Amino acid sequence: MSTQKAVLVDPIFNNNPIALQVLGICSALAVTISMSQTLVMCAAVIFVTTMSNVAVSLVRNRVPTSIRIIVQMTIIASLVIVVDQVLQAVAYDISKSLSVFVGLIITNCIVMGRAEAFAMQNGPYLSALDGFGNALGYSVILIGVALIREPLGSGTFMGYEILPTVSNGGWYYTNGMLLLSPSAFFIIGLFIWAIRAWKPEQVEEAEYEIAPNEQYQEAI
Amino acid sequence: MSSFDKDSLSNTFIVAISICLVCSIVVSGIAVALKPTQQENKLLDQKQNILRAAGLLGQDSNVDEQGRDVDELFAEFDVRVVDLDSGEYRDDLDPATFDPIRAAKDPDMSQALSDSEDPATIRRRENASIVYLKRSEGEIDKVVIPVRGYGLWGTLFGYLALDSDLQTISGLGFYSHKETPGLGGEVDNSSWKATWPGTQLYNDQGEPDVRLVKRRSPEGSKAAQYEIDALSGATFTTRGVENLVNFWTGEMGFGPYLKRLKASA
Repeated sequence: MSTQKAVLVDPIFNNNPIALQVLGICSALAVTISMSQTLVMCAAVIFVTTMSNVAVSLVRNRVPTSIRIIVQMTIIASLVIVVDQVLQAVAYDISKSLSVFVGLIITNCIVMGRAEAFAMQNGPYLSALDGFGNALGYSVILIGVALIREPLGSGTFMGYEILPTVSNGGWYYTNGMLLLSPSAFFIIGLFIWAIRAWKPEQVEEAEYEIAPNEQYQEAI
Repeated sequence: MSSFDKDSLSNTFIVAISICLVCSIVVSGIAVALKPTQQENKLLDQKQNILRAAGLLGQDSNVDEQGRDVDELFAEFDVRVVDLDSGEYRDDLDPATFDPIRAAKDPDMSQALSDSEDPATIRRRENASIVYLKRSEGEIDKVVIPVRGYGLWGTLFGYLALDSDLQTISGLGFYSHKETPGLGGEVDNSSWKATWPGTQLYNDQGEPDVRLVKRRSPEGSKAAQYEIDALSGATFTTRGVENLVNFWTGEMGFGPYLKRLKASA
């Protein structure tokens, strides 16, 4: 029981795929402009990671080592196409605004990383928990970023106006930087700082020390 | 299991083929099963965009003030295919299946534009396109035409609606664009879009002359009737919008058709 729980819960804060492993950053930058997009993206990643882990784990004893990566890719790509098709049928507006980023889940390092690192060595049930947990860790960070970016960037939350913006006759000057991708980098950086302040064991040891200046001319 | 060698050549082929088979069946099964719903969504979205451009539907709602839904409102529109060069209707093309954007890619159904003819940077223009006409009591009430043109990052696709005099703009809306959110993306801003209705289109020489300007001419002057506020921080998007409106209502666009329509009214 404790392994199962650890597999599920660890990736959320102790071994977060974004904050500690720094994977899956690209979509974290792209979709966090609005909360509704972020939630749909998170649901899609949770589905793909969990299902791909289960599928890869089921075939792990039959897949030849030489073609295992391409087999994983095929499974992941198929699942992503399924998600994309379902979104186009069920939530057309959101699928339009997410556009290519749903398709780009294929290249999300978290999905591939979990399939290769965990599902190839563990049974389907444990792999499902692992996939779900990691996608959840990804979602926690994404939702956190969106919580900051959407209200401050466009004065709305889930599309509803919460800070009346100047362009709509209110008082809030929207922060344009938060609408651009680099702002997500800053926010994720702050999250990493916060998590490492809370859990100091995540702080990596310095790989080398910078030597002090020996001659003051060096500094000029 | 002891004799089973998963790295053997035969197993490699078996696994590769069966994975491909299973995955392709799943993917194509889903795609085929969901296609009707997806097409319905696309069509509904298109109708909504046309109605919003014409100001018949609120920006965020799916029904108008009287509670009529999209299909009901759209049923009042007459959809026709128009030959852009002559400005005449083409009855040999079915408006329900004709796709102007696809036609623009087909060398037989489109023509290449030279740089001077192509302010909107669309490169190829289809020979025929679609108009959406709303009549009330036999008189033309609204005309909606599809427009597109290059902004900063990509092509903006939208609809331009004209009032019954074919001189006053009744609305403009884009359904697809790749402009920067917060800057050029403000083409979707509803308060900016609300400044379009009432803008005059053709100048005294009969040329489309909409201008997106940094500083408006004094209110009440003739020039001010042709002006729309530019979008701050989005020079290229603004220029793109100005060019595409003037292109599609001009000689190379729907100009000949609109002239015929005006003469016949």
